[in-house]
Amino acid sequence: MAVTTLRLNGAMISAREGQTILEAAREAGTRIPTLCHLDGVSPVGACRLCLVEVNGRLMPSCVTKAAEEMDVRTDTEQLREYRKMIVELLFAERNHVCSVCVADGHCELQNLAEELGVDHIRFDYLAPECGVDLSHDRYGQDDNRCILCTRCVRVCDEVEGAHTWDVAGRGARSRVITDLDRPWGESSTCTSCGKCVMACPTGALFHRGASVAENVHDRAMLRFLITAREEKRWTV
Amino acid sequence: MGRRIVIDPVTRIEGHAKISIFLNDDHSVADARFHVAEFRGFERFCEGRPLWEMPGLTARICGICPVSHLMASAKAGDAILAVKIPPAAETLRRLMNLGQIVQSHALSFFHLSGPDLLLGFDADPAGRNVFGLARANREAALRGIRLRQFGQEIIERLGGRKIHPSWCVPGGVRAALTVEGRDRIKARLPEAEEAARYALGLMKGLLDRFADEASCFGNFPTLYCGLVAPDGSWEHYDGRLRLSDAQGNILVDSPGADVYREFIAEVIQPDSYLKSPYYRPLGIPGGMYRVGPIARLNLCDRMGTPLADAELTEYRQRGGRIVSSSFWYHYARLIEILASIERIGRLIDDPDLRSDRLRAEAGINATEGVGVSEAPRGTLFHHYQVDRDGLIRSVNLIIATGQNNLAMNATVLQIARRYITGPTIPEGVLNRLEAGIRAFDPCLSCSTHALGQMPMVVRLVGPDGDVLHEERRD
Repeated sequence: MAVTTLRLNGAMISAREGQTILEAAREAGTRIPTLCHLDGVSPVGACRLCLVEVNGRLMPSCVTKAAEEMDVRTDTEQLREYRKMIVELLFAERNHVCSVCVADGHCELQNLAEELGVDHIRFDYLAPECGVDLSHDRYGQDDNRCILCTRCVRVCDEVEGAHTWDVAGRGARSRVITDLDRPWGESSTCTSCGKCVMACPTGALFHRGASVAENVHDRAMLRFLITAREEKRWTV
Repeated sequence: MGRRIVIDPVTRIEGHAKISIFLNDDHSVADARFHVAEFRGFERFCEGRPLWEMPGLTARICGICPVSHLMASAKAGDAILAVKIPPAAETLRRLMNLGQIVQSHALSFFHLSGPDLLLGFDADPAGRNVFGLARANREAALRGIRLRQFGQEIIERLGGRKIHPSWCVPGGVRAALTVEGRDRIKARLPEAEEAARYALGLMKGLLDRFADEASCFGNFPTLYCGLVAPDGSWEHYDGRLRLSDAQGNILVDSPGADVYREFIAEVIQPDSYLKSPYYRPLGIPGGMYRVGPIARLNLCDRMGTPLADAELTEYRQRGGRIVSSSFWYHYARLIEILASIERIGRLIDDPDLRSDRLRAEAGINATEGVGVSEAPRGTLFHHYQVDRDGLIRSVNLIIATGQNNLAMNATVLQIARRYITGPTIPEGVLNRLEAGIRAFDPCLSCSTHALGQMPMVVRLVGPDGDVLHEERRD
């Protein structure tokens, strides 16, 4: 297997052929913040949290392949500022109220905000009118808390194979929908497997009946399922 | 009409309010109004939220009494799920509510009203706060702070945090009491009981000293509303909803709260964000009623625990079977602290407190539910309507302080008439006006940790709007 060498924050590291900068950096023990990224499903480069500087240019590390001669910086003043701004824009775009959210304390957006030192939002809140769908027996969906990472769409399509979730609309009006925008509880494709809820980084998808700070996304179960699938553990 | 005096803000209460006094040309008091100047909007923005989020959401109404909203909200949720919650969940909810009553009443007596009662209404305003109290009477301040902390610790041991625990849920509670938590609470009970008895001793000594204040601090006949246990004893969590007239004759005795609208109506006044509920059949002003400690003590036959029952007997010997002076809220509050501590002592060894059957699971079985409980300040109603999936369609909250609104207005007027006699208004009189409000311990929905000295501006305004006289306390 071909190996490339590149420079990461000044140090030489190696990457296997086809590896992304994000994967190579992780193997080298360097953390790059991510939000839309989910191990085991295809990357989309949607959130831009994983931006790095490659030879001075900004590139999303989750979809950029590592290549020879790259000089990658993962933690510059500019990157920190951009990441902080991205998180602020996510907060400004929908109605995120951590203190009364089902995912309070178990939320990747909240964790990132804390990690990046977001103590206030410099942008005007859009305060859009968003719906809540509680029609499913076991799960609920709250567009107020959705950051359009599309993890639910990808995990449902690529792991469960149901493709119940998709994205409707354009720009800031985009939202995730089930089937052709039918209530979740009336979806004919949903298998009620719950992988979308396990994958959701925020409180947008939650267990019906969860009260404030009670919804924990079972990421370990999701990792187990994805690994088992990739290794074909159950193939007879 | 000559002048208008404005006290803005009213200090050492929970929330933001002001008082206006309207004077005639001869400086006699024409009218007085208590305005609540803050607006929260919870009834509107809870619409569309899942039912299960409501306890945690409405707990945010208040930093002093989040637990009260948890109780009423979760009970409204129980009604919509149409479940009977596990007995352990009820016991645990009761324990937390008792902790809430102790901490909130201790805050009211020691931190907020203590400076008036123990230092005097005419004491130097610069030191008339909890820090001044600590200098003048270190023991009282320390005992008060520790007593409040005891109540807060119960809330924290159960809910994981002192303020805004999202612990009560529709159908039950989220966690039981640990053995460590039980032992800790138990160990602190004797000190808490001693503090409550100490405070009662102080209060009884003050009744004679403040006989004049007691006679005019909201001393008038009203109706009374509150919960009473089925056996007639004092109640704080569940029971019969009772409404009596000024002589104690029972007007309403309902086994459930869901019919509250049949006898309670609300009116909105143009100069305040606080709604004014009243007893519907009698209208305004005849339907004015009071809730909270004196109402609960007027309505119940007995406290149900030995020490508190002895105190209730003495209270009634001093004040009569039906106490009508709002100044006595302070006294009643202390008896309730003692009763709560005794009840905590009774509950604390109940094995149910460590049960793992804490939550009844159910779907949406009713589209409407009313939850009622006794907040420290009085009866609290949460009334929700939901759609078939459990999304909130409408919310009506009747807060204890709102139910005392008409009586607080009448109190301000009574105090103004008693003490304002000339063109200059001594500082001690202004403080008495505030203290009349403080007796109700109003929770104006509610900023927490507001204690001590806050700025106050008093203006005498002429009929043409000119400020004739201004006093500022920074």
